[in-house]
Amino acid sequence: MSFSVTEPTKGTKWFAGVLVVGYALITIAPLLWIIATGFKSGPDSIAYPPKVFFEPSMEGYVNLFTDRTRATQDMLEAAGEPKTWYDKIAREQGTIINGPSRYGERFLNSVIIGFGSTALCMILGTAAAYAFSRFRVPLKDDLLFFILSTRMMPPIAVAIPIFLMFRQLGLNDTHLGMILLYTAVNLSLSVWLLKGFIDEIPIEYEEAALIDGYTRFQAFYKVVLPQAATGIASTAIFCLIFAWNEYAFAVLLTSGTAQTAPPFIPTIIGVGGKDWPAVAAGATIFLLPVMVFTILLRKHLLRGITFGAVRK
Amino acid sequence: MAQIRIENVRKEFGAFTAVQSSSFTIEDGEFFMLLGPSGCGKTTTLRMMAGLELPTSGQIYIDGEEVGQKPASQRDIAFVFQMFALYPHMNVRGNISYPLKSQGMGASQIKAKVGEVAEILGITDILDRPVGGLSGGDRQRVALGRAIVRDPKAFFMDEPLGALDAEFREHMSEELRALHDRMEATTVYVTHDQLEAMQMGDKIVVMNHGVVEQFGVPQDIYDWPATKFVAQFIGSPPMNFLDFNGMIGAGHNEVRLNEVSIRVPDSIDGANGKLTLGVRPEHIRLDDGAPYRGRVLATEYLGTTQIVTLDTANGMVKARVPSSDKIRVGAATGLAFDERTITVFENDHGHALRSQANEGVLTHG
Repeated sequence: MSFSVTEPTKGTKWFAGVLVVGYALITIAPLLWIIATGFKSGPDSIAYPPKVFFEPSMEGYVNLFTDRTRATQDMLEAAGEPKTWYDKIAREQGTIINGPSRYGERFLNSVIIGFGSTALCMILGTAAAYAFSRFRVPLKDDLLFFILSTRMMPPIAVAIPIFLMFRQLGLNDTHLGMILLYTAVNLSLSVWLLKGFIDEIPIEYEEAALIDGYTRFQAFYKVVLPQAATGIASTAIFCLIFAWNEYAFAVLLTSGTAQTAPPFIPTIIGVGGKDWPAVAAGATIFLLPVMVFTILLRKHLLRGITFGAVRK
Repeated sequence: MAQIRIENVRKEFGAFTAVQSSSFTIEDGEFFMLLGPSGCGKTTTLRMMAGLELPTSGQIYIDGEEVGQKPASQRDIAFVFQMFALYPHMNVRGNISYPLKSQGMGASQIKAKVGEVAEILGITDILDRPVGGLSGGDRQRVALGRAIVRDPKAFFMDEPLGALDAEFREHMSEELRALHDRMEATTVYVTHDQLEAMQMGDKIVVMNHGVVEQFGVPQDIYDWPATKFVAQFIGSPPMNFLDFNGMIGAGHNEVRLNEVSIRVPDSIDGANGKLTLGVRPEHIRLDDGAPYRGRVLATEYLGTTQIVTLDTANGMVKARVPSSDKIRVGAATGLAFDERTITVFENDHGHALRSQANEGVLTHG
């Protein structure tokens, strides 16, 4: 009998398990804390020692989505009975709701800009990667290096030229401007990643489709794209995460119509004292789309891990 | 089905010339082999016929129509790839029906056609399986099914047996040949395996360095090689070469090797200078009385025959003799050549000299 060198013993399995669980806890703890803080009341959120067990409150979420003014006792009485549950929560804090806050709009901006730039990046990236992978492009290596080189310095280093350019072109604080900007930043990554994936797909599949009477575009669309789904899914996740989380450009280039959620959330801090539950609620909701997107594409990601193993 | 004619086809990749001005004709219904070592341009030639590469110059006619610059999708041909290239995201049925879908054929008709093809190839039971888990032979059959399903003008196959196990190749090559005979389809088949080419082909083109060395039926190519390359590439062991300085007159039928006169077929052109006498191992008899002498270096037992390696004044020679002959290593013996089978080559270009025997079959590229 022979044993593989890497055969785990019971002890090492335990050790590995503890390590993984420990790491997971360390990673998840801040996340859990943010989610929990979103459901705390104002005093609970800044209590010392910090409260792990607390009475849940929707205060943070109400404050996040509403615009309120601090009211005197007279004004509160003049306003009459609270009409809704969120009215009631606002009154309990001594405030009156004037209307919805801007968080919804900002969140929607994030969705439009994040998914818009990801989609554009995938369309352009796949087309460019396919061309680089399959055709004799003049100066191919130089072009690929140039594309990669756009990622060699932090994008924010060119923030001021971009700001000036955007002002000239009227792209400041527009959805289109932000979509173009995030696409430009992400495109080098997506071209390189996707080229790797497309290189892996044997060219014979397309040739077989050409022989079978399909045009080159049909061969690309019906044979290459399904094969590249794994690569496209994982690249899309990378692009979305960047565009979704981006803060510096969003602060600099957006202020109103096209402002995304990341620069908006900190501004909540300024409205009537440090409203940590509202900030935490905003952050929690902000996390959801990327999570949902990643979970939706999970099937393709897992397939990607085993893909190479079964091909030939 | 169709005749395919290649005229002065040339292919350059940048500075590299893959195929140099080739011409040959593939008759309707022929099983045609493109044979040569790797890098000889045989696959490029096939891909040009299929439309996967466009020729730099020259014409390709399929069924009388010039298709040289047309894309593959408009040539109505089928191609079987070495790695089969079955679409991995479709099952067997999807793969076989894919060429029919591009023609806009109706679903019921496609179903009938796929069923018919599956019947011919004996794969009806795997039609709904994904292609991922299939054995090499089944993949091969599915690839063939995809090729024959729409009755194309010609089949092109690029080393279709190359990816199979040795034992299975034999079986598949018989299946392929039987399928061809049944469909009577013009088939062009690329291989580097000379045995496969001789065994399956109606005609063979032998290529080397992008040049067509010879073109003809297997027997002619084996018996009367047009160049030294063909003589060596085909046959195992290859043809023996005895280099000598000498001459052969036009109309004459003997050469002198090492002071020994050897009869050869009547020469037409005649030549003078560095020549090579080519003789197949099975056309050498070991005969103590023969004047041309050699010494036995080794013997290899092959069952019914044995290969005897001899050292002669003009180089090493291998003879194939019955294994019942008792041969002693180290012994001196005479070598008798079958005079009807000898080819004389001129050494500079390696071309065979024309003689009464090979005149009809020589076609230099």
